[in-house]
Order: sequence, then structure tokens, then C-alpha cells
Amino acid sequence: MTSELLEPKAPSQAGVPVGKGLTPMENATASRPVEPPARADEVAFHVEHLNGWFGQHQALFDVSLQIPARKVTAIIGPSGCGKSTFLRTLNRMHELVRGARLDCQIRLFGDDVYGPRVDPTLVRRRVGMVFQKSNPFPTMTIEENTVVGLRLNGVRDRRLLRERMEQSLRMAALWDEVKDRLDKPGISLSGGQQQRLCIARALAVQPEVLLMDEPASALDPIATMKIEELIQELKRDYTIVIVTHNMQQAARCSDYTAFFYMGKLIEYDKTEKMFTNPTHKQTEDYVTGRFG
Amino acid sequence: MAEINSMTVAAEMKPPSRVGDHVFKWITGLMAFSVLVLIVVVGWELYKGSNLAVHKFGFKFVTSSNWDPVEENFGAWPFIFGTLVSSLIALVIAVPLSVATAVFLTELAPPKLRQPIVSIIEMLAAVPSVIYGLWGIFVLIPWLREHCFPVLQKWLGFLPLFQGPIYGVSMLAAGIIIAIMIVPIITSVSREILRSVPDLQREAAYGLGATRWEVTRIAVLSYAKRGLCGAVILGLGRALGETMAVTMVIGNRPEVAASLFAPGYTLASVIANEFAEATTDMYLSALFEIALVLFAVTIVTNILAQLLISAMGGPRASRAIQ
Repeated sequence: MTSELLEPKAPSQAGVPVGKGLTPMENATASRPVEPPARADEVAFHVEHLNGWFGQHQALFDVSLQIPARKVTAIIGPSGCGKSTFLRTLNRMHELVRGARLDCQIRLFGDDVYGPRVDPTLVRRRVGMVFQKSNPFPTMTIEENTVVGLRLNGVRDRRLLRERMEQSLRMAALWDEVKDRLDKPGISLSGGQQQRLCIARALAVQPEVLLMDEPASALDPIATMKIEELIQELKRDYTIVIVTHNMQQAARCSDYTAFFYMGKLIEYDKTEKMFTNPTHKQTEDYVTGRFG
Repeated sequence: MAEINSMTVAAEMKPPSRVGDHVFKWITGLMAFSVLVLIVVVGWELYKGSNLAVHKFGFKFVTSSNWDPVEENFGAWPFIFGTLVSSLIALVIAVPLSVATAVFLTELAPPKLRQPIVSIIEMLAAVPSVIYGLWGIFVLIPWLREHCFPVLQKWLGFLPLFQGPIYGVSMLAAGIIIAIMIVPIITSVSREILRSVPDLQREAAYGLGATRWEVTRIAVLSYAKRGLCGAVILGLGRALGETMAVTMVIGNRPEVAASLFAPGYTLASVIANEFAEATTDMYLSALFEIALVLFAVTIVTNILAQLLISAMGGPRASRAIQ
């Protein structure tokens, strides 16, 4: 793995690759490892030369980066910078939008995501997604909402469904709040609970990666805090990519941060570095609140 | 100082006049109320007109199958039967057709194809019903008589529904004509309902790795279920009252037969056919009572359908995934 892939299109200062010391793979051979823990040598997503369009409008410009496994990677940037679009290319949701096009090479744990024979539904089963607004299925109960993905996968065994439901709801820190009313509609829950139900729904199919598109932007501070705590819990088992408008949130809960601006990846580094000592002026201006 | 000034200005501002609000409230209220009054007045007039027949025949009017204007003996059961059965046939044919079309139009069809199909369907709704009737007599009925009905009888003849002589004009022909006529309304209302399903619902299903069909089933149809039932009720309302085309193809024979190949008669058809010939007071009154029954049948089916919709609102009723 060369550092070239990590280097965003934006000019890096003094010839130092922006993502220097970023990928665990590289770290393994580096003299001063950035990330010591075991299993840190895995990369979930290899994204190379990603260009994305909506009709004639180009939304993403030659984005290349690697997202480490079992870490939280935050995507930040002002509105319209392409961060949500980027997220949606990772599980092939981007192509559902009419007129959307893509030119890229993305690999998920080594498997080509956009290969000619790859079924997008299988990609989406490996890469779960949580949306900006909670969207439980309104005609289904809490229980049905949680296991709907499993049912889609053909799981019929009641005991297994039951087991997985409880497990997923526990992981989503919702079990204690709903265990006595599993047969109530999913939409009878509060906004924050609904969002956690959606997380449980995504977790139930045991994806490898969880994408979160501003999962807390519609929630009050307490519900937001719960989601953030949950993210910390989940990163032990899952790779998480979270798009957020909220820089404090990115700083609080992510390990790595990517800053997008005008469809370009400007800077991508450890969160700590991004927020204390960013390489680029634009990043610094954004994280300090001078624009965006 | 500036603050005090602005406060006095605010205090001097007159509260806005509420007269406009009151007028608005009363006018809109009156309009809404007038619809209610209209229904009551129509019902009352029909009751008054049918007074004679109601007193003579009582409840037997709706259970008796005897319709004899010469002897002035009137029973409406064959017409009620004909109206309900022809509408039911129409729904059985039209609902799958319409909902499938609406799903195709909102979920699957390439955008270039959508508008043309929608326009054609809307044109279908604009065709006057007498034209459907003529087409029914000269095209549909001969075809049904020569090709369709004999085949049905051959394969499904063991059912009482498909036994007996084939005339062409029949309950089934009427059902088919009505179906064609209610497809446009059910389709366009269903399409609006399906379009109102938030994309977020679809994305939720796609995000779980659902296929197109699974997305449609769990995120779209399940979400839109109640609305779709509303669309069906609108279609049913039209089917029950459909007169002209039905009169032309149903055969106009006041009999209750098990076979769908047998001719029938509907409430609306008998009014249209016999109103001009109703010379005696009793005959006229009986036709009025037919109208009253049609009025009641329409209202009762609508109420039942509304109850059905509200009953299916609970989440338990929906088992999209089984």
C-alpha cells in the first residue's frame, strides 16, 4: 500500500501526504505507529479516484481514501460539499437517484463494490445505513421493524429471530425501554428511540459497516448524547462512517475525520490532529467555525 | 429613550380586526354544512316520493323478487343483487389491474414512459359511458359470446358461476364494462397515494438490502395500504351508480341467477329504463323506492368500507413480511 492512494487531490503542503500515518496498514511498518491495538491492520473501504455526478453536475471530484475497520470515521464539511453523496456511494445507494453516475474503484474488505457482477442488494446487506430522519416502517411493530432485514434474508426460525431481535435492541441501547411493548408500532416511540430502533434494524442483519447520515441532526441533546454513546459501543464490532454537521460531534465520537469541501476531499487525518493542528488552512477555518 | 418610544408605539397599535376571521369561519362552515343538508334533502325527497310503495310493500320490497308493473307488484331484490354482483365483479377485475398499473407507473416505469401512460389512462376516464356501452354491444359482447365465455365454461364449468346458456349480454359482461370504467379513477388515485410515500421509506428498505419487489412490498404498498383502500372505495362508488353502459350490456332481466352468464338488472338501470313508462302513481313510487334503495346501498357500502379501513389501521393487521 502506497501513501499515494491516501493522498487527496488537494495540494498537500511541503510534499507531505495529507493522510500520512493514516492507514493502519502503513502504520504497521512505520517507525512510530499511530494506532497500536490489535486488528488495527484492517481497512474496511478502499476508495480510489471516486468521481460522482448528478446529471451534468459533478458532485464529487477524484476522492481517494481508506476507511479503517472498527473505527469511527467522521465526514464533515459545509452543506452541499458532497459528504452525504460520498457516504451513499459506499453502499451503492447513490445510484438509486435518477441521473446519478459514478466513476470509481471501491473495495470493501478487498471485494469490489462496483464490479460488473456485483449485486447492489448484497452490498447493502453488508453495509447498513442509518438516515438523517428516523424511518421505521409505520405499519410494523417494534419487533417486526427490528427483524425485517432478517426476514428479507429468508430467516424464518422464530427462536433465532427473537434472539437476534433482543440482541440488536440491546446493542442499540433500546431493549430496556421497549421490552414490554414490542408489539406496539415502531412509530409510537419518541424521535430518539425511533432512531435507535433504526440502528437496531440495521444491526440485526449483522452488517460489517454501518453508515450514518447525520443520525442525530433531528434529535434533542439528550437523544443525541445517547446516539453518540451508542456509536462508541458499536465501534468495537463495527466499522462506522458518520456524516455530521456538528463539529463537536465529530470531535467527540470519531477516530478519523475527513473534511470535504466543494466535492473534494480536502483533508483526512486522525480526528485529534484535524481539530488541533490541521494541515490545511480551509480545514482550520472550517473546524474553528470561520466558515461553513 | 428609544426603547420607551418603541414600547409606546406598540401599545398604540390597534389590535387587528377579527371580523374577517369570523366571516371566513362562517362562510366556510356554511359551505361544509350545505353538503350535509343536500344529502339529507335528497334522502328525504326520495323517501317522500316512495311513500306509497313503502306503505304498500313494507320490508318485502327489498326481499321480493317479483317485479310486475302490470299487476303493480314490486320487489327490488333482483336489482339490488345485480348492482352488488356487477360492482363486485368489476372490483375483482379492476383492483389488481389498477394497483399494478399504479405501482408500475410510480416504482418501475422509465420516466419517458410514465407521462404517456398516465395521459392515456386519463383519457379513458374522459370517454362518455354511452360509448363504452356501444363498444360493449358491438365489440365486447360478440367476442365474449364467441370466444371468452365458451372457454370459461369449458374449464370452470363445474362451478355454478359458469354454467347455463350463453347469451352474451350478462352480469359478467356488465362487470367487465364497469371494470374498464373504474380502472382510470382507481389507477390515478392509487398513483397519487403511492407517490406520496416518502422516499425515506423506500431508502430504509433499500438500505437493508431489499430488492425492488421487496421495497415495493414492505415500504411502499404496506405504507400506502389505507390510501389504496380509499381509492378502491372511490371506484366502488362509481361502480354502484354506473348506469348507461351497464344498461346496454347487462340484459335487463330482473332475475336472480347463480350464473354470471345469465342476464341481470341493476337498480340504476331499471330507473333509467322504466322511468318514462311509469304512468301510475304506484309504479312511479316503486321506482322512487328503487332510487332510495340505491342511495342507501351506496351509503351503507361506503360506511362499511370506511369502518374496514379504520379497523385495519393497527400495526398488527399488517403482516407485509410473512
